[in-house]
Amino acid sequence: MPIQTRRDNSGRTLVIRIEGRFDFSTHQAFRDAYEHGDPDIRGYVVDLSDTTYLDSSALGMLLLLRDYAGGDSARIAIENCNNDVRRILSISNFEQLFNIR
Amino acid sequence: MDDAVAEHRPLRILIADDSDSDRLILKTLLKRLGHEVLDASNGLDAVSLFRQEAPDLVLLDALMPLMDGMEAARQIKSLAGERLVPLIFLTSLSEAGALARCLEAGGDDFLGKPYNRIIIEAKINAFNRMRLMHQALSDQRDLIRERNRQLTEEQEVAKRVFDNVAHSGCLDASNIRYHASPQSIFNGDVLFASPRPAGGMLIFMGDFTGHGLPAAIGAMPVAEIFYGMASKGFNGQDVLREINQKLKRILPTDMFCCGAMIEADFKLNQVQVWNGGLPDGWLIRSSDDRQALPSRHLPLGILAPDQFSAEFERLGTGPGDRLMMMTDGFLEAADSAGNVFGERGVADALAHSDNSEHPFDTMMSAVHRFTGDLKDGDDLTLCCLEMSDQASFSALPDRTVPSSLAGPAEWRCSYEIREQTLGEFSPLPLLLHICMEVPGLRRRSGEIYTLLAELYNNALEHGVLELPSEWKHSPEGFGRYYLERKRRLGNVEGHYIRFTLHHSLKPDGGRLRVVCEDSGRGFDFQSHPGVTSSAYPEGSKRYAGRGLLLLKRLSESVRFHEQGNHVEIVYDWHFSGAAANQGDMAR
Repeated sequence: MPIQTRRDNSGRTLVIRIEGRFDFSTHQAFRDAYEHGDPDIRGYVVDLSDTTYLDSSALGMLLLLRDYAGGDSARIAIENCNNDVRRILSISNFEQLFNIR
Repeated sequence: MDDAVAEHRPLRILIADDSDSDRLILKTLLKRLGHEVLDASNGLDAVSLFRQEAPDLVLLDALMPLMDGMEAARQIKSLAGERLVPLIFLTSLSEAGALARCLEAGGDDFLGKPYNRIIIEAKINAFNRMRLMHQALSDQRDLIRERNRQLTEEQEVAKRVFDNVAHSGCLDASNIRYHASPQSIFNGDVLFASPRPAGGMLIFMGDFTGHGLPAAIGAMPVAEIFYGMASKGFNGQDVLREINQKLKRILPTDMFCCGAMIEADFKLNQVQVWNGGLPDGWLIRSSDDRQALPSRHLPLGILAPDQFSAEFERLGTGPGDRLMMMTDGFLEAADSAGNVFGERGVADALAHSDNSEHPFDTMMSAVHRFTGDLKDGDDLTLCCLEMSDQASFSALPDRTVPSSLAGPAEWRCSYEIREQTLGEFSPLPLLLHICMEVPGLRRRSGEIYTLLAELYNNALEHGVLELPSEWKHSPEGFGRYYLERKRRLGNVEGHYIRFTLHHSLKPDGGRLRVVCEDSGRGFDFQSHPGVTSSAYPEGSKRYAGRGLLLLKRLSESVRFHEQGNHVEIVYDWHFSGAAANQGDMAR
């Protein structure tokens, strides 16, 4: 199971955890992970602890999530990136759009 | 075709048996099952019947006169070609070797004599299912092949359109070296270069998410904007803003374009760089010093116009300095073990190179060595720009036919920009555009742009902002000049710059008068060396007054009025000289 979701303790944040390669093959599963219109969800955490690789289509998917979560007012954190993944996010300057920690 | 496998239409069955009674029994049996039957009494007749009637299934006696079943089977299978025609041997043979030879000759199965009606029916049905399945598969294969041919053809046509729009501009200039190779018919990478009317160059490198048609669709408007705006004299910032705005509007959310814009000015010896999402670019100085140009912006097509930053990094350069940009396909080039070249590969290659080798060759040979056998199809783009004056000689692509008088000939217009708009907005593209409506002037766009730009910059920097041009003598002063320029632009209340253009026809061409007035205090033009002399003062390397000298050389006359804040120039053009080399101005 490459993508797993859970609620955090407050129940208001959806944690999406991606295992292995985060690329175009993950497209549908990633969208399914958050597109269920749950009104309780206020924020998102994308947990990349087990993500080995991330490509530009994954960056696109993160933008889709951001749009879904309200665009500029979206609350999305990206966590636990390994160095390679972190590097790609930073070349693209995605820290300007997401809270990367 | 959809229900082909379940098809129950009667089959056309060819039977060949030299025994009249056996043949009759079989024929009656098959007819009773509802099939159409063709029969032959020897192999030769069977083959010729097969050729004429193309039956769906063949039942063949192994031993027959004239031509035995084995030979007939071989010929029938070869006639059937790609079509699957099940071929069942009728035989009373039971020796394994003989049965095996039947199958080797092309038979699919055998039926023992005497005939068993139930087995015959079952085998015919089984082989018919196989035949129909085979038919469905080949039909689908043909359909896919045809669709694919169509698609490729359409892509070829689209590629020709794409190439016309996204042509490579002045990438063949002597100071540019590049490698760009497509992975499919369309690559996700784009590389454009255009000379600027005022001299210098604009280069754009982009990497769209994805490949193929979606990427090409995004690349087309970028090419249109880039070449359209660059040739009208817009600067890199304006072009970038326009590209970002357009991509934001047309691309779906998950698509964007990592890109870099380079604006090179060979006269001022400076480059300005904007990097949004591409790997580090490098400025490699002729002294061998290197400076990284990292991505400081989000890729294009993500941010709304009001959030987008087109802030360039400005770098002073020297002749022979080289600027290098690449797409991430370059870093992702992999060796046979799957290791990627990466930033480390780039850094190592640069560290081990010396000044004698062009960094483009250094990088290309390093990546070739790394990957072992880099196929041409690999998707990587690398571009190197050398800071060299040679480039200013390459003329703007001229797509206009030198037509006669089609266009406005007698006209006058006045345009004034005021207050905060000064410095925030360049009136030059608009003014140039108006002048370019005159066919005779269009071929002189470089000169006209230079005239307008010199007038505007003089009026703004020296007239309105009162900046002393002597500051530009030293590199430190150069920086101070631009800082101070920015600061003073914050306080331009009550100021204006007014252009009045007046074009009229003359017997063999036309005359453009440009009057530029500003609200500054003016200067003592009576004793200014740039006004009084026609050459730089001997022995001193003057920076000030260069603009004035340029104006004087390009036009018939330059005159100052009022307190020096009112300049009038007269520019003549002639039909015969309409195609004059734009390089003249650079000499």
